[in-house]
Amino acid sequence: MSAATETALGLTESKGVGARVAKFVIYAGLFVVFAGPLLALLVGSFSHVSDPTQLSVVPNRPTLGNFRIAFDHGVLRYLLNSFFVVGFGLLLQVAVSVLAGYALARKVFPLMTLVLVAILATMMLPEEILALPLTLVLADLPVLHLNLMGTLAGMIVPLGAWAFSILVMTEFMKDVPRELEEAARIDGAGELRIFAQIILPLCKPALGVIGVFGFTMIWDQYLLPLLVAQNSSSYTLPLALRTLRIDQAVTPGVVLAASLLALLPSVLVFLFFQRSFARGLTSGALKG
Amino acid sequence: MSVREAAPLTARAPVTRTSARDRRRRGGQWWVPWLFLAPALVLFLYFKFIPMARAVSMSVQEVRPYLGNTWVGGANYAEILSSDGFRSAAWNTVVLAVGQTFGSMVLGFGLALLVEGQTRKLTFIRSAAFLPVVVPLAVTAELWRIMYHPTGDGLMNQVIGLIGLGPSGFINDPHTSLASIAVTGIWRGAPYDMMIFLAGLAGIDRGLYEAATVDGASTWRRIVHVTLPGLRPVFAILFVLAAVRGFRTFTEVFLLTNGGPNGSTEVVMTLIYKLGLEQSRLGVGSAGAVLLFAATLVLTVCVQLLRRRRSA
Repeated sequence: MSAATETALGLTESKGVGARVAKFVIYAGLFVVFAGPLLALLVGSFSHVSDPTQLSVVPNRPTLGNFRIAFDHGVLRYLLNSFFVVGFGLLLQVAVSVLAGYALARKVFPLMTLVLVAILATMMLPEEILALPLTLVLADLPVLHLNLMGTLAGMIVPLGAWAFSILVMTEFMKDVPRELEEAARIDGAGELRIFAQIILPLCKPALGVIGVFGFTMIWDQYLLPLLVAQNSSSYTLPLALRTLRIDQAVTPGVVLAASLLALLPSVLVFLFFQRSFARGLTSGALKG
Repeated sequence: MSVREAAPLTARAPVTRTSARDRRRRGGQWWVPWLFLAPALVLFLYFKFIPMARAVSMSVQEVRPYLGNTWVGGANYAEILSSDGFRSAAWNTVVLAVGQTFGSMVLGFGLALLVEGQTRKLTFIRSAAFLPVVVPLAVTAELWRIMYHPTGDGLMNQVIGLIGLGPSGFINDPHTSLASIAVTGIWRGAPYDMMIFLAGLAGIDRGLYEAATVDGASTWRRIVHVTLPGLRPVFAILFVLAAVRGFRTFTEVFLLTNGGPNGSTEVVMTLIYKLGLEQSRLGVGSAGAVLLFAATLVLTVCVQLLRRRRSA
C-alpha cells in the first residue's frame, strides 16, 4: 500500500472476510443512524401516517394524499415565500460580498484594519442574541423610518451582509495576479470594468462556495422569520411546519410531506454542489 | 460615472504621466474602496451594530413603549441574575452546550477515522452521513419530535427496545428531555465535525503513519501519537464553533419542547424570547442577551489565547 493512501485506522488496507464483514457492518450502521431518519421521513410523507407510531422505513399504504392536504393548508404559499426570501436574499448577499471582497482584497486604504475587525466582530454576534433589538430596528429603521415588520423584505435585508461570504470572497480575490489588473489599467479599463470583467470572472469557484453556503444558511433561517412574520401569510415553509403540527386536523404524514418539501431544496443544492461545499467548509473553518 | 472618467477632472493640470499611474496603482481615488464597501457596512451597521448598541442600552433601562424609557442601571442585571428561571436556564444551556460539543466531537472524530479514504464507496457513505447538516433545523426538530413519540411503539422507543431499553418518555419526561435534545443536536453536529476532521486528516503527513507502522506501533498508538497531535488546531476551532453554537441554541428547543416539561429544557435563548416577546420585558431580556454575548466572547477569547500560547 502506497504512503498516499495510508490512513489513521488503515481500514482500506485490511483484507480478508472478517475485516470485510466488519467494515460492512460499520458502514451500514453509519448509514442507518444518519440517513435512516431521513429515509423514514421520505417514506412517511408518501404513506398513510395518521399516528406518530406509524412512522417507519417500510411504506404503509402508499399515497400522495399527504401532499394534497398539505397544499390545502397553504404549503404552496409558504414554499413560494421561502423561495422569494432565499432568491432575493442570496442575490443581495452575493452582490454585497463580491463588492466588499473586491475593496478588501484589491485596495489598500486607511482604516482598512478597522473595517476588517468590525466585519470579524459580527461573526461573534450571533443573530439569536440580537433578536430582541433587531425587531425594534426592523419596526423603525433608523434615519429611513421604514417599518419592515410583517414583510418578506424584513426577513431578507438583515441577511444581506454575512461576514463568512465576505471573507471567502476576500481571500479568493487576493489570489488574482496583480499583473492582470495592471494590464487592464494600462489598456484604459475603469474600476468597474476591472471588477466586473477581470476579477469577478476569475472568482467563479468562490461564487459557488458563497452561493451554496448562503442558500443553505438563508433556507435554514428560523428565528428571524419567526420574529418578522406577523401572520401566516408571510410564513416561510420551515415556520409553517409548527403551525401544521399544532393543527389537530393534520396528521403526522402531512407534517412529514411538508417537511420533505422544506428539506429538499437545501439537500439538492448540497448534492449538486458538493465540491463547493467541501471547499467552503474547510476554508471557513480552518482558515478563519 | 466611472473612476477613469473622473480621474482627469480632479487631477491637477500639470500632472505627469508617472504620478497619475502611481496613484492608480495604489487604487485610484480614496473613496473607491468605500463605495464598494458601502452596502456591506450599511447593512452591518443597521442589523448588527445598532441592534447591539440598542441591546446594551435597553439592558440598563426599563423599556416602556410610548412612555419613554427610564434609566435603571444594573437593576435588570440584578433581577435576571437573581431569578431562579434564568439560573436554571443558564445551567441547562451549559449542560446542553457541553453535551452536544463533546458528543459531536467524539462521534465526529470516530466517524472521520472510519470514513477516511479515497474509494467511491466511502464518498457515498460520507455524503449520506453529512445529510443531517443540510437539513433545515426546523425539519430536524419536527422529524425527531415524531420519532421521540413517548409510547412503546414510537420509532425511537422501538429502536431502543431492540437493545432491551425503554420505553422512554424522551422529550416528555423531565429526566430525559435535555438529553434527548442533546442527542438530536449530536445527530446534526457530528457529521459537520466529521467533515472538518476529514479536512484536517488530509493534512497529516502520510509518511508519519508509515514510519509508525515500521516501528511496530499499534493502530491505537498511531492515533495517539500521530493523528491527535496533527489535529490539535482542528480540535480548538471545532470547540469554539460548537460551544458558540451551543450557547445560542434556540430553534431545536423551541420546536421540540419550548422549555418544557417543567422548565427542564429551558435555555437562555428560549427564556429571552419569552421575556421579550411574550411578556414584553425587553429590558430584562436584553440584560440576558448581553450576558450571553459576554459569555460567548469570554469563551472565544480564552480559547484563542490558549491556542496562541501553545503555538508560540
